Amino acid sequence: MPLTHLQRLEAESIHIMREVVAEVERPVMLYSIGKDSAVMLHIAQKAFFPGPLPFPLLHVDTTWKFREMISFRDNLAKELGVDLIVHINEDGVKQNVNPFSHGSAVHTDIMKTQALKQALDHHGFDAAFGGARRDEEKSRAKERIFSFRTAQHRWDPKNQRPEPWALYNARMHEGESIRVFPLSNWTELDIWQYIYLENIPIVPLYYAAKRPVVERGGTLIMVDDERMPLHEGEVPVEKMVRFRTLGCYPLTGAIESGADSLIAIIQEMLLTTQSERQGRVIDHDQSASMEKKKQEGYF
Amino acid sequence: MAHKSDLIAEDIEGYLRAHETKSLLRFITCGSVDDGKSTLIGRLLYESKLVFEDHLAALEADSKKVGTQGDQLDFALLVDGLAAEREQGITIDVAYRFFSTEYRKFIVADTPGHEQYTRNMATGASTADLAVLMIDARKGVLTQTRRHSYIVNLLGVRHLVLAVNKMDLVDYSKDRFDEIVEDYLAFADQIGISRDRIVSIPMSALAGDNITERSATMDWYFGATLMAHLESVEIDRDDETLPFRMPVQWVNRPNLDFRGFSGLVGSGTIRVGDDIRALPSGKTSTVKRIVLPGRPGEESDLKEAVAHQSVTLTLSDEIDISRGDVICAASEPAEVADQFRATLLWMDGDDMLPGRTYLMKTGAKTVQATVAAPRHVIDVNSLEKLAAKTMTLNAIGSCNLALDQAIAFDPYGDNRYMGSFILIDRMTNRTVAMGFLKFALRRASNIHRQALDVNEAARAEQKGQRPVVLWFTGLSGSGKSTIANALEKRLFAMGRHTMILDGDNVRHGLNRDLGFTEADRVENIRRVAEVSGLMVEAGLITLVSFISPFRSERDMARERIGDGQFFEIYVNTPLAVAEDRDVKGLYKKARAGEIKNFTGIDSPYEPPENPEIVIDTVDQSPEEAAEQIIAILKDQGVLPE
Ligand SMILES: Nc1nc2c(ncn2[C@@H]2O[C@H](COP(=O)(O)OP(=O)(O)O)[C@@H](O)[C@H]2O)c(=O)[nH]1
Repeated sequence: MPLTHLQRLEAESIHIMREVVAEVERPVMLYSIGKDSAVMLHIAQKAFFPGPLPFPLLHVDTTWKFREMISFRDNLAKELGVDLIVHINEDGVKQNVNPFSHGSAVHTDIMKTQALKQALDHHGFDAAFGGARRDEEKSRAKERIFSFRTAQHRWDPKNQRPEPWALYNARMHEGESIRVFPLSNWTELDIWQYIYLENIPIVPLYYAAKRPVVERGGTLIMVDDERMPLHEGEVPVEKMVRFRTLGCYPLTGAIESGADSLIAIIQEMLLTTQSERQGRVIDHDQSASMEKKKQEGYF
Repeated sequence: MAHKSDLIAEDIEGYLRAHETKSLLRFITCGSVDDGKSTLIGRLLYESKLVFEDHLAALEADSKKVGTQGDQLDFALLVDGLAAEREQGITIDVAYRFFSTEYRKFIVADTPGHEQYTRNMATGASTADLAVLMIDARKGVLTQTRRHSYIVNLLGVRHLVLAVNKMDLVDYSKDRFDEIVEDYLAFADQIGISRDRIVSIPMSALAGDNITERSATMDWYFGATLMAHLESVEIDRDDETLPFRMPVQWVNRPNLDFRGFSGLVGSGTIRVGDDIRALPSGKTSTVKRIVLPGRPGEESDLKEAVAHQSVTLTLSDEIDISRGDVICAASEPAEVADQFRATLLWMDGDDMLPGRTYLMKTGAKTVQATVAAPRHVIDVNSLEKLAAKTMTLNAIGSCNLALDQAIAFDPYGDNRYMGSFILIDRMTNRTVAMGFLKFALRRASNIHRQALDVNEAARAEQKGQRPVVLWFTGLSGSGKSTIANALEKRLFAMGRHTMILDGDNVRHGLNRDLGFTEADRVENIRRVAEVSGLMVEAGLITLVSFISPFRSERDMARERIGDGQFFEIYVNTPLAVAEDRDVKGLYKKARAGEIKNFTGIDSPYEPPENPEIVIDTVDQSPEEAAEQIIAILKDQGVLPE
């Protein structure tokens, strides 16, 4: 009986994580609270079992995440006894940067991209695990598993290190760092199937429930707290909705759905015909936008 | 068709159960521009329903704008990569794509086919179980087909598919297909690809013939469609039946009661109770547990583990094993050696420098490897062996390697996992080559260093001194030799035993066969490092006065001598000052173009990053400089107070 594709993917991810821990000084795992992070964390626990995680988790909090994400995060950290660092760009908070008055691009840049760089620099992390997958978007398809960043956190897609076999080169100069993507070869279906098989807890926002939403520009936005300014005549309505990806609530589109169990989510996903990133407001500009963001230091 | 929508809708759990047992196939597509590679991959993604509606909308828009198919969908656009490359209309580098059917998940390495992308193709092929060789039916077997075949064979890709594409443009002719296959098999015989590894399929990626659906027009073809072949070709078995090998990545030691060795099983099978041997030490033990946790925090040991699994082993005995060691089946251990014949594929823009020491990573081990000049390189188009002094980007050649320590290995031809390595440049940290171990030039078990009673320590003691190398580096005319001479006089007067190696003198004798090319400069320094190493063993305080412009060569000398005994003295004279002095009239000649490769003029000087001593010659006389060095050597305990 040959190994199944999920066993192979899991083994590859474990191999990558162990390699990083053996070769770099200060690794950290970026924990975004979403389903990919959940899988990544689950695999990390297996990789170093029966020992504890040999690195902390880092969550870059834009202060606009869904409330349920934050409570899920804090409970999980307590339950697993992992070392969780939460970083907020305090400069951004002082200037009251938010997605409404600054727009999604500025908000994402200051509260996410800049905040991430601050956190990595502040703690001197030289390797950061991220849950990105190559199937998410075209520019990722050719990104390496060990993806090198200059001291300014820039990615140079023309100058990537070749990565033959599973021989990863983690050497770097002072100040440089690497982003490591252990889930590079997973697809969205692989992630869901693994969550199902391994019974991994995920944020309830993935499941359909009645939630207050408003419709804007064809996207359903959940009114998660009172900070959301309502337009003239806009009244939140309760709808059965769920989220395919999680981020800042004002920037994350909900979909109408009745899928309230894992199995129903997978079923719905297999039958739908919209790609995952559709729900992310930031990707709607031209398809090269992600590549540009990544060159500038977005994860 | 891939995703059975009905089954998903009616029995999702049944569907998921079926999909749990899917296996994984990695393959690479090789073809030249316009053979239809992108069209083929795009179609495979499309047919397996992996193209979402929003992507499809983008595709439709793009097809109209930049597509080559009029109003029809241009599948090739689905797989084009980064923005800059899209503008140039070509795909570059290696991109990975994913699709799955009911039976398998597929990872496709998509690489361009030009000769200048040989390294990318090799990278994609390194993990592939199968290669699809694209051929344009109108053109037949071309030089590039041969090149691609050579590369995938070099990389040990087991299964080949000869995809004869664009059959619609040759009237779906059986004769044409047979002719191409005949031609190809004759070539395959020549380079040693056995016929049972090759399957040939006539197809049209554009029209969809024999991709997922059998061709209605080519009723003379009875073989499988491409998709059916990809779904059924036998994989995995090979790696599982090889002897057991597991390089140790990480020693897991959370508390005193647990000591596990973590790694990815590279080949073979291991069971609880099996005898193992750790290499290179050769120590033996038996496997106590194979730890692979189910849910986090729960133990659920395995009885057996196979190739490609990540596991943690515990052993019955407390034997010393660290990262990079290889755990092997005790009865069939790997070989251990420190000198090899290897094939290299050069991947860096900077040429290989024979004699330079690079880092070599194999399995979980990183060692230092000194690379000799290539014995020959291969012309990947004619497959002829050519003489060469160095290797340039994308060159493939045969070289000898000498490591600083013995490692466990199997020849690449027997075991891909144990015979593969990469070389890393120690200065730039770039991955500069991929390599394939062929055989050991001498076995580590034959190495008996003569244990001498009269050794370095004894010789040094007799002379009552600490032998060191004082390595002077700096521009021509910076004052290295003058300062070294002044210093030797002072040391001699103090009763020290000394020796000077001077660039000009050594070049007249020991190194008179060397010129001033980069490669020769490296060899020059390597020899001097060796000789000064011998001098130190003889117990002498050795003064070396060489321009030695490259950091990595000075580092090589430092490693040969050993950190505590090597003093790098940077004679820091600005170029303008040295040129102004021009004691030997060399700068003038260099400026006039009469001397080539002159350091500081048309060849670089890389200043030391952390020299032990820096000498300023602008405000100091040579005698003062010598005193400064003596003071520092006293301070460091090299000379008595
Ligand atoms: N007639 C015909 N044209 C094809 C076929 N496959 C690809 N093409 C065309 O050949 C051209 C190059 O195809 P593309 O997939 O971009 O080639 P690549 O450079 O190998 O990726 C395009 O115009 C395709 O539409 C085929 O089977 N038959």
